[in-house]
Amino acid sequence: MAVAEPIIANDQDTGESELARRLARTWRQPTGIWGWFCNTHHTDIGLRFMVTAFIFLLLGGILAAMIRLQLIRPESSLMGPDLYNQVFTMHGSTMIFLFAVPMMFQGFGVYIVPLMCGARNIAFPRLNAFSYYLYVGGALVLWGGFLTNTGPDVGWFAYVPLSGPAYSPGHRADIWSQMITFTEVSALGVAICLATTILRHRAPGMTLNRMPILLWEKLVISMAVIFAMPAVMVASGLLLLDRLVGTHFFNPAEGGDVLLYQHLFWFFGHPEVYIIFLPGAAIVSTLVECFSRRRIFGYTPIVVAVVATGFIGFSVWVHHMFAVGLPQLSESFFTAASLMIVIPTGTQFFCWVVTIWNGRLQLRLPMLWCFGFIFVFLIGGLSGVMLASVPVDLQVHDTYFVVAHFHYVLIGGALFPMFAGIYFWFPKMTGRMADPTLGTWHFWLFFIGFNLTFFTLHFLGLRGMPRRVYTYSPDMHWHWLNVLASSGVVFMTAGLLVFLANVIWSRRVGEIAGNNPWGDAGLEWAMSSPPPPYNFLHIPTVSGRDPLWEDPPDQPVVVGLRDDIRETLVTQSLDADPQHKDEDPGPSIWPFLTALTVSAAFVGSIFTPWAVPIGAPPVIVTLIGWLWPRGQSPTPRPGGEAWVR
Amino acid sequence: MNAELNFVSFRLVAQAMPVDPGHHHVLQPAAPQAGNIEWLYWVVFWILFAVFALMLAGFATATAKARVISSRPLPIIEDEEGDHRARWALGSALSITVITLFVILVLSVVTGKRVEGLSSKNPVTIQITGHQWWWEVTYPNSQADQTITTANEIHVPLNTPVVVLTNSADVIHSFWAPSITGKRDLVPGYSSAFWFQVAKAGIYHGQCAEFCGLQHAHMGLSVIAETADKFQEWQQRQIKLAAEPSTSEAIRGRGVFLTHACLMCHTIRGTDAGSHLGPDLTHVASRKMIAAETLPNTAGALAGWIVDPQRIKPGTLMSPNPLAPDDLQALVVYLQSLQ
Repeated sequence: MAVAEPIIANDQDTGESELARRLARTWRQPTGIWGWFCNTHHTDIGLRFMVTAFIFLLLGGILAAMIRLQLIRPESSLMGPDLYNQVFTMHGSTMIFLFAVPMMFQGFGVYIVPLMCGARNIAFPRLNAFSYYLYVGGALVLWGGFLTNTGPDVGWFAYVPLSGPAYSPGHRADIWSQMITFTEVSALGVAICLATTILRHRAPGMTLNRMPILLWEKLVISMAVIFAMPAVMVASGLLLLDRLVGTHFFNPAEGGDVLLYQHLFWFFGHPEVYIIFLPGAAIVSTLVECFSRRRIFGYTPIVVAVVATGFIGFSVWVHHMFAVGLPQLSESFFTAASLMIVIPTGTQFFCWVVTIWNGRLQLRLPMLWCFGFIFVFLIGGLSGVMLASVPVDLQVHDTYFVVAHFHYVLIGGALFPMFAGIYFWFPKMTGRMADPTLGTWHFWLFFIGFNLTFFTLHFLGLRGMPRRVYTYSPDMHWHWLNVLASSGVVFMTAGLLVFLANVIWSRRVGEIAGNNPWGDAGLEWAMSSPPPPYNFLHIPTVSGRDPLWEDPPDQPVVVGLRDDIRETLVTQSLDADPQHKDEDPGPSIWPFLTALTVSAAFVGSIFTPWAVPIGAPPVIVTLIGWLWPRGQSPTPRPGGEAWVR
Repeated sequence: MNAELNFVSFRLVAQAMPVDPGHHHVLQPAAPQAGNIEWLYWVVFWILFAVFALMLAGFATATAKARVISSRPLPIIEDEEGDHRARWALGSALSITVITLFVILVLSVVTGKRVEGLSSKNPVTIQITGHQWWWEVTYPNSQADQTITTANEIHVPLNTPVVVLTNSADVIHSFWAPSITGKRDLVPGYSSAFWFQVAKAGIYHGQCAEFCGLQHAHMGLSVIAETADKFQEWQQRQIKLAAEPSTSEAIRGRGVFLTHACLMCHTIRGTDAGSHLGPDLTHVASRKMIAAETLPNTAGALAGWIVDPQRIKPGTLMSPNPLAPDDLQALVVYLQSLQ
């Protein structure tokens, strides 16, 4: 149990630049096209997740605009039912599986978590890179299918028996269920990386009760992903088996059960909502603290709320199935559970009010987006309370009222905090400030357009317009409300264009940001912007929840990590005491090659079960390559540093 | 010929019976079920509106109180005492939240019981079976020849409980007539039951609410609530076998029906046509609309539909029927005689 000579020592100024040079050489990522595929650094992979997910936000937005264009008048002949069904299925699947989760969970998480922890890289960096390539693979399969007129057309939920072999011949539904497999494996991989990073790579001194709220939330979501994703993979996997090899899991004619599919899907589907919303809430907590210029009020209640949301989120799924006719008593249980989730969400809202109230609010651009979140999500959350009530739900379920509700929740809970987060961390990512004037234009255009479109949809739902109809009769009196709803698209599009212009412009000529332009407390602001490949010159230690605000100038740092190999520090889960050193595996082409072979097997199994036996050997070969021992015996660590415990 | 007919039928869509806006609206109930839900909706709405206003007021006041204009990060402040006071605020806000939620829960469960609990006797029982993309409606009777089978039109007597048994022949559909009551999914492999009771005479529109494939949009129905006398009268007419054609053209039309693809899917009781894949046409002329509320039941629309249903409802399971013009004419005359 001997912990060797102090691994925590006071900072020494001598040789800083020499150390930086050596670390930069050791942690350098390969360049060039080949190097791009070998890169395993979390800031690069995180940015890739964000940029790719943003591209799919734009593509999903184009589909949304097509939907609004089709519905702008009754009996529109713009799209037939076949294309329209593909378009709305693609819109939902793209936004949920290719945008919201990869952006809010994977993108922000992979980029920020190691920086906030004070780590040099994410845990399991190769698994992390592999997850990115697999996500891209799933995205290409889905969009490749759509562009070749094989886009799924059974809704993003793909209910059986409509998606089963009898009612969906061809390969459209298979493409949907394999896309699920791709993206869920990707999310699971990242969940493992993030949970491990948070639990084992925190800077010494960052005990669990000093962890920033954002890390708490990422930990809870990682766990939620680990428990929720298997359910949908079972659902889509059994569906694929039904379609590919004629198992009858969901075929009522052969004793299969169509409701089982719904239970499995929503057991994933509802926690998914919190997987998307909690990152947004955590961004808001971070920003409210920073721009109120004070510690967040109610750290403990907020953390308890986040953890509680993670748990309660798993017990509400039946509220998606109230109309199937379950016994009233069991429905009441799920009403109660659905209402209960208001308590932790309300807790966070109350703590934000108090933090602002007792603080000094600087209403800068990211904070403006937080207020957008508060307004929009509040409406979505409250209409969610209405939907928790069985009788009301039975009326508005599967109408445009619900469409309005979940766009308020998801755009409110993900898109508004995402823009807040992007404007907030833009200086860290690029080294330059985003232009606040353009950002304000972006905000108001988007905010007005969003409310114009989606508030209107509530009324359409109450007037009886069901979801997923490709057209409607002029006799239904839905015309003008649809025109109003569609007009909001113009504003939202304009807002997004302003945002893109802002990013392109500010990235090149924006004001130089410096390390910590907002004066925030998180460790991610301790290094230069953008972060160097080794993140921290010295692994920091912390002595409070808000390190950059509280830590004295002579706060110790970790020394004793080698600078000639990629050494990282592993700390204990609870108290973050240094435990041992580990070596980061470094860049490698194998994650990419493995992703290729796995993708080939997944794509092949859309068409034939033989893809499994034929596709497995290449996967095994690439895995062997990935795991092949590197042979070098690490140079024995000098006595004073060979610390184990 | 076909193109012309289709043109005619498309124009006719626009002249179809307009839905009375009050007869397809969650907040304009015509039945105690929808009425109870409407009441609950407004109670919960105003509670939540108050919550919304209070929360916004909280944020607005906090912003007005705390706002400082500065583009440079301000120093960090500490306010232990303020936080201590705020604990009480947080505690009371959470208590109020819990109480409010509990009130909503109780209101919701009580309303649910009022909507679902069947108290009256002697209900009318209806079996509704969902098909891609129409509704099969049966009024079962222990005597087979007293059973009524129709499609897309549900006649019910006023102020009488109607028990609906649900089923589906293919995928999941959902029965929904917003002015009458909430949804009920028709799930293959599961039969379930619910009930409603219409209080105001009228024609209420309904629509499939669960995505069911290509023509989910054109899967409408109507609930026709009429006095007990009128309902009885309707029932007696529907029980009868199909009317014998009386004119030579109608006789020829029946021949067309029985020698073409029609009888592969449809039933006309009293003739040799007895297949149950498509709607029962024994009294098709008594219905106001055809093709699951897609077209008005007029000669032109009927002809256009028979010749090329795929043009009007792409993906529908009915195939095109390229009939000679006078055959088509005769067939339409025959179908229109099936009162």
